[in-house]
Amino acid sequence: MSDIITNDSVYQTDSLIAEDIDAYLDVHQHKTMLRFITCGSVDDGKSTLIGRLLYDSKMIFEDQLAALEADSKRVGTQGQEIDFALLVDGLAAEREQGITIDVAYRFFATEKRKFIVADTPGHEQYTRNMVTGASTADLAVILIDARKGILTQTRRHSYLAHLIGIRNIVLAVNKMDLVGYDQAIFDKIVADYTEFAASIGIAAFTPMPISGFKGDNITGPSENTPWYTGPALIEHLETVEVNSAVDADKPFRMPVQWVNRPNLDFRGFSGLIATGTVKPGDAIRVLPSGKTSTISRIVTMDGDLDQAVAGQSVTLCFEDEIDCSRGDVIALADNPPQAADQFEATIVWMADEEMLPSRSYWLKIGTQMVTATIQQPKYQVNVNTMEHLAAKTLDLNAIGVANLSTDKQIVFEAYAQNRTLGGFILIDKISNATVAAGMLHFSLRRAQNVHWQATDVSRDFHAGLKNQKPAVLWFTGLSGAGKSTIANLVEKKLARMNRHTFLLDGDNVRHGLNKDLGFTDADRVENIRRVGEVAKLMTDAGLIVITAFISPFRSERDMVRQMMQPGEFIEVHIDTPLADAEARDVKGLYKKARSGQLKNFTGIDSPYEAPLDPEIRVDTVAMSAEEAADAIVARLIP
Amino acid sequence: MVDAKTLTHLERLEAESIHILREVVSEAEKPVMLYSVGKDSAVMLHLARKAFYPSPPPFPLLHVDTTWKFQEMYKLRDRMAQESGMELLVYQNQEAKDRGINPFDHGALHTDMWKTEGLKQALNLYGFDAAFGGARRDEEKSRAKERIFSFRTASHGWDPKNQRPELWNLYNARKAKGESIRIFPISNWTELDIWQYIHLNDIPIVPLYFSAKRPTVERDGMLLMVDDDRFPLEPGEVPVERSIRFRTLGCYPLTGAVESEAATLPEVIQEMLLTTTSERQGRAIDKDAGGAGMEKKKQEGYF
Repeated sequence: MSDIITNDSVYQTDSLIAEDIDAYLDVHQHKTMLRFITCGSVDDGKSTLIGRLLYDSKMIFEDQLAALEADSKRVGTQGQEIDFALLVDGLAAEREQGITIDVAYRFFATEKRKFIVADTPGHEQYTRNMVTGASTADLAVILIDARKGILTQTRRHSYLAHLIGIRNIVLAVNKMDLVGYDQAIFDKIVADYTEFAASIGIAAFTPMPISGFKGDNITGPSENTPWYTGPALIEHLETVEVNSAVDADKPFRMPVQWVNRPNLDFRGFSGLIATGTVKPGDAIRVLPSGKTSTISRIVTMDGDLDQAVAGQSVTLCFEDEIDCSRGDVIALADNPPQAADQFEATIVWMADEEMLPSRSYWLKIGTQMVTATIQQPKYQVNVNTMEHLAAKTLDLNAIGVANLSTDKQIVFEAYAQNRTLGGFILIDKISNATVAAGMLHFSLRRAQNVHWQATDVSRDFHAGLKNQKPAVLWFTGLSGAGKSTIANLVEKKLARMNRHTFLLDGDNVRHGLNKDLGFTDADRVENIRRVGEVAKLMTDAGLIVITAFISPFRSERDMVRQMMQPGEFIEVHIDTPLADAEARDVKGLYKKARSGQLKNFTGIDSPYEAPLDPEIRVDTVAMSAEEAADAIVARLIP
Repeated sequence: MVDAKTLTHLERLEAESIHILREVVSEAEKPVMLYSVGKDSAVMLHLARKAFYPSPPPFPLLHVDTTWKFQEMYKLRDRMAQESGMELLVYQNQEAKDRGINPFDHGALHTDMWKTEGLKQALNLYGFDAAFGGARRDEEKSRAKERIFSFRTASHGWDPKNQRPELWNLYNARKAKGESIRIFPISNWTELDIWQYIHLNDIPIVPLYFSAKRPTVERDGMLLMVDDDRFPLEPGEVPVERSIRFRTLGCYPLTGAVESEAATLPEVIQEMLLTTTSERQGRAIDKDAGGAGMEKKKQEGYF
């Protein structure tokens, strides 16, 4: 015990606690949190290192210490010295076998941060445990025994840490005390590791010479390694950037966990923000439906928030009543994630029973739960050599790359961009066991091609290029009311103002797109549906669309209104009394209808449902076509 | 280094706990919150109220009562149930009642029948398939390895070697009929986090956590509080008024007090930080069956 080097200054200072507890609490209150994983085996001194961190940060109490001292003498491996490893090896079965079987979580704090350490076993048969521990980690400490250098397991641990997306890697060359703190040994290991790291895509890592047992370079610089000028372990852990800070800079995404509906006046959508920030007034889009709205409130029990960031659990309210339920993803309207149903993914198999291609498993990703089937792996990765091997299946602890398909579309992002929307688990439908974890790479082209969201150039970008706001001017009214005439005038006036427009005329569309349709009620509905879809595509392209269709039924006009972005559907009622329209009878149709030569004619033997609350109403008896067109243009471009 | 985008550790812990509570409510059929009235339960209940605000938490509170809790605990329990707008279910094991099982005469059997058996009976009676508990991983070694979603067989047993992998924040809540899950939303909180959070959020806790003059007797090195007249005094034994408080609360005859002058929350936290014995040391339960006491209890169905 006497030669243990400790530097208490980084930990909670007893003096501050004793003298000014309020000041201490204030410090503690503002601490951030870092989650990390330690990779290595008992032989590398992993448990000893964690025990040391707990011991130095005074997370061990006297009664535990007394028990530890007694245990150290009974089953410890360090003679009469305290065996820190015994603090960490919790389960009885593990103590007997002297190995760490599962993932254990440990806690300690310094003045700057609280730490959660995932302690996982190092042997290959515990790959799944390590992947589990790494999944929530901001950083990985890869332990190397200075006497042994880089071993197969070092490569495996590094590969797994990199696979799971850990950006901060510490190469802790441990047991430096046993090699006389020899710089040459350290430098050789770092050089070897640099070469290996580059080969598997690890761009940067932080090497440090330490002794968990003696305490060198743990809490502060060690006198035994004057040649080392880098940070001590704790110092580094206190300052590296945590994932949630990185996630906050990404586009906003929040999977909906639960719809909060205490009464008819409140409807909120609860979830944990995966990435980005959100504020009242932000335009959002609900995926996969694509419906848009605006954030009205961010509700918490402590009062509404002005802003919420990645990592916070919140309840969001919208300005509009749009459908949104568990499994949906709320995202930035301008930059939403995609949905697809076929993917390539890396899969880590975690069950004793091997993977069965074509069997259906539950797939849970974010708050979405779907049925998935996995194809035969493209290859399996040898986790020790990173070689790609042919494989028909994946068994326990195997890692492979395979295509998978889901029974319905899921909202996703590549795991490299978004852990929440790219990381999934597979659940056996019979045993309910979690059998695998996976990371989506990308959706397969054939799924992407049929999905409406699969474009990088967004509708807003299209509109921005044209320097205008897309809209649909939906003219409705009786045959002969003057729809086509006024629509034509409106388009000419807009064109003169350098607006990009397109006029969809009822008669013209029936010559091509809708030439297979007649005039029954069903065909009229389909006619309007198709025109609505075309108009929608044109607004996505940034155009101002003008349509001139009788469109006699309210429900179809409302259907088209629902297809459009809020505010973009402008219903223009060309209001002409039937008698006037019939009196004009430009095309002679009323005459035919009256004589019975033309069936299902609106106003004669088929109803016209006038709009109840159109955006624009044009009384053609009171104003000329020119005046009407001017009024409409003025309404569109104030 | 703390900017608007970097959450504090308490904010991250709170967000994680709320996420867990909402996942269970979304995926379980009939959840319940085990409410022991202690400080951890107080935080868990507060988190539940935050998670579902403005709705009340959509599940009842269940207190597995041993009839031997401190009077102040019963008072706070009833008050908090009312304030949260939640249904409070109180369950007492009838057999233990009929047989007069008590902590003075029956030792470990008391915990086994009132708590372990009582809990199983209550869960079976109401058919709850998911039960929230306020256990923390820093409390005890076997808990450090327990999942946040911990599966129990139809007979409520725990198999530490057959736990489901728990990746990212994806929890698998699927189970067969008869099986149930225990969920620990505050797994990653430490004792200091709990106290700090109570302090910051002004969460009501049982006054017994604060020092006051209370009638006590000393038994086997433990200071016990004479909370009611069921306490069997030895011939000639007279309760002594001492300035005491409790670091953990359970059945009053099994819960050791510490002599203390800490009467405010900051003082309690100060004392906790400067003290050198761990929290569970005041409890008799961990000391059974050698070093693996809690692990064995959990396998048998203890929470």
